[in-house]
Amino acid sequence: MKLVVAIIRPERLNDVLESLFRARVAGLTISRVRGHGGETERVETYRGTTVKMELTEKVRLDIGVSDHFVKPTVDAILEGARTGEVGDGKIFVLPVEEVYRIRTGETDRAAVTPVGVPPD
Amino acid sequence: MAPIRSADTAWLLVSTAFVLAMTPALGFFYGGMVRSKNALNTLMMSFAALGFVGMAWAFAGYSLAFGRSSPWIGGVEYVMLRGVGLEASGTIPHVLFFAYQGTFAIITSALISGAIVERMRFGPYVAFITLWSVLVYAPVAHWVWGGGWLGRLGALDFAGGTVVHVNAAAAALVCAVVVGARKDHARQAILPQSVPLTLLGTGLLWMGWFGFNAGSALGANAAAALAFVNTMLAPAATLVVWTVLDLRRSGKATAIGAATAIVVGLVAVTPAAGFVGPLAAILLGGVAAFPSYFALLFRARTRLDDSLDVIAAHGVGGVTGALLTGVLAQKRWNPAGADGALSGNFLQPGIQLVAIVATIAFSAGMTLAILKAISLVSRLRADAREEGLGLDFTQHGEEAWSRGEGAILVLDRAPDDRGDTPLPVAAPAAGGGNA
Repeated sequence: MKLVVAIIRPERLNDVLESLFRARVAGLTISRVRGHGGETERVETYRGTTVKMELTEKVRLDIGVSDHFVKPTVDAILEGARTGEVGDGKIFVLPVEEVYRIRTGETDRAAVTPVGVPPD
Repeated sequence: MAPIRSADTAWLLVSTAFVLAMTPALGFFYGGMVRSKNALNTLMMSFAALGFVGMAWAFAGYSLAFGRSSPWIGGVEYVMLRGVGLEASGTIPHVLFFAYQGTFAIITSALISGAIVERMRFGPYVAFITLWSVLVYAPVAHWVWGGGWLGRLGALDFAGGTVVHVNAAAAALVCAVVVGARKDHARQAILPQSVPLTLLGTGLLWMGWFGFNAGSALGANAAAALAFVNTMLAPAATLVVWTVLDLRRSGKATAIGAATAIVVGLVAVTPAAGFVGPLAAILLGGVAAFPSYFALLFRARTRLDDSLDVIAAHGVGGVTGALLTGVLAQKRWNPAGADGALSGNFLQPGIQLVAIVATIAFSAGMTLAILKAISLVSRLRADAREEGLGLDFTQHGEEAWSRGEGAILVLDRAPDDRGDTPLPVAAPAAGGGNA
């Protein structure tokens, strides 16, 4: 099992979700985060005060998947999130020690397999 | 010429302020319904009209609307406010009449923005409404109120059902088609950022509309009182009918639906306000809910991205109101008006229809011409990247709801200061990359 963590542009979220669902990746968690990569800064001005926004709005996706799902998941995110400009984000794939499904107490592979998908 | 009356002047002073406040209110009505990344831009589309259309009205628009020369367009005698002084215009000072009518030009132009929010570039938008207020609004206002051919024909439009609402909606339709749909339209769910803001705007619009309708009596008189009461009753009736329709369709009374209903009721009663009795106004308000309600449902299934439903609310509502004015008007309530079909004058609905068709044709044609002319010099719509980032940042360099984390102050460098702009502790090393 792996945890796929992706940091993407908020405006690409819908495209990423679309391609994830097309790749049959169901269960995921998203959060709004702010971060800084290498993108050129945004400059905003409020009543003569100019500020550089060093931190930009990003969306973070956390997706727990079984091993053979890592590649489709990563590919789907790459496809949906890429604009080619600096600031498209990152994908991290992390090893996962244990997973529990709270409702049933199922563990590991059974726990990351979405309801309704037959385990293979 | 009649002398200036202080009561009339006092009421029109108040009305002018009320109608002016409707434009910011419209900004909030619209601004609540867009995504948060476009909230400021949507508000600015209304606020910009206060300045640019206000100036255009002073320099040229007023003269073209209310200068007297032909049935088709006003003259040039009031250009640059020449000859607009403290003398009486009716029973109020001429300058006040100019200002009151100016607030109408401003909100009419701002109404159009609802059809092109979240994608039109700000500069071309401002150029458009400025030209539109002079080349479209002013002539149409002249036709009906400035001694033009529709007024002479006997078209009834108490406060601007045709001049303001049908006119703006026809322009909105053309704008939505020419500028094109938002890139996410019909692909993604686009949800309103703040329904409470929309309701706040609606409440302020209703309040301002008392100045719009009752002020159009141009005096503190019986017609003003009638228009005032009708402005209270008609939207109330629309709201009730709309809520019932909502409940029957989905089992839920929606808040955006309530806001829309109030605006539809206000639009519909606008041409009728000082010409029909209170019970007729209730009937008019209630009936007006139906066409707009179903127009909204229909529009949502089409590819037309009239984003904030200017056509369903102002176009369909305005047409319904203008036609019903031709049915329900009674000389008994306003001797200066006319009888409608219900009182035996079967010609009146026909005259109303002529006014509607003429306004739509002129407004749509001219809007197309103005947009094409502007597009020769400047790109009308934001590119996909700007649209994705949102127009608040890309057009205005500000955010509606900024959180400030990670913002660093850029200090103006003194001439002798060769130091670097301060960097935050967390800034990456020059050249990028992580340590």
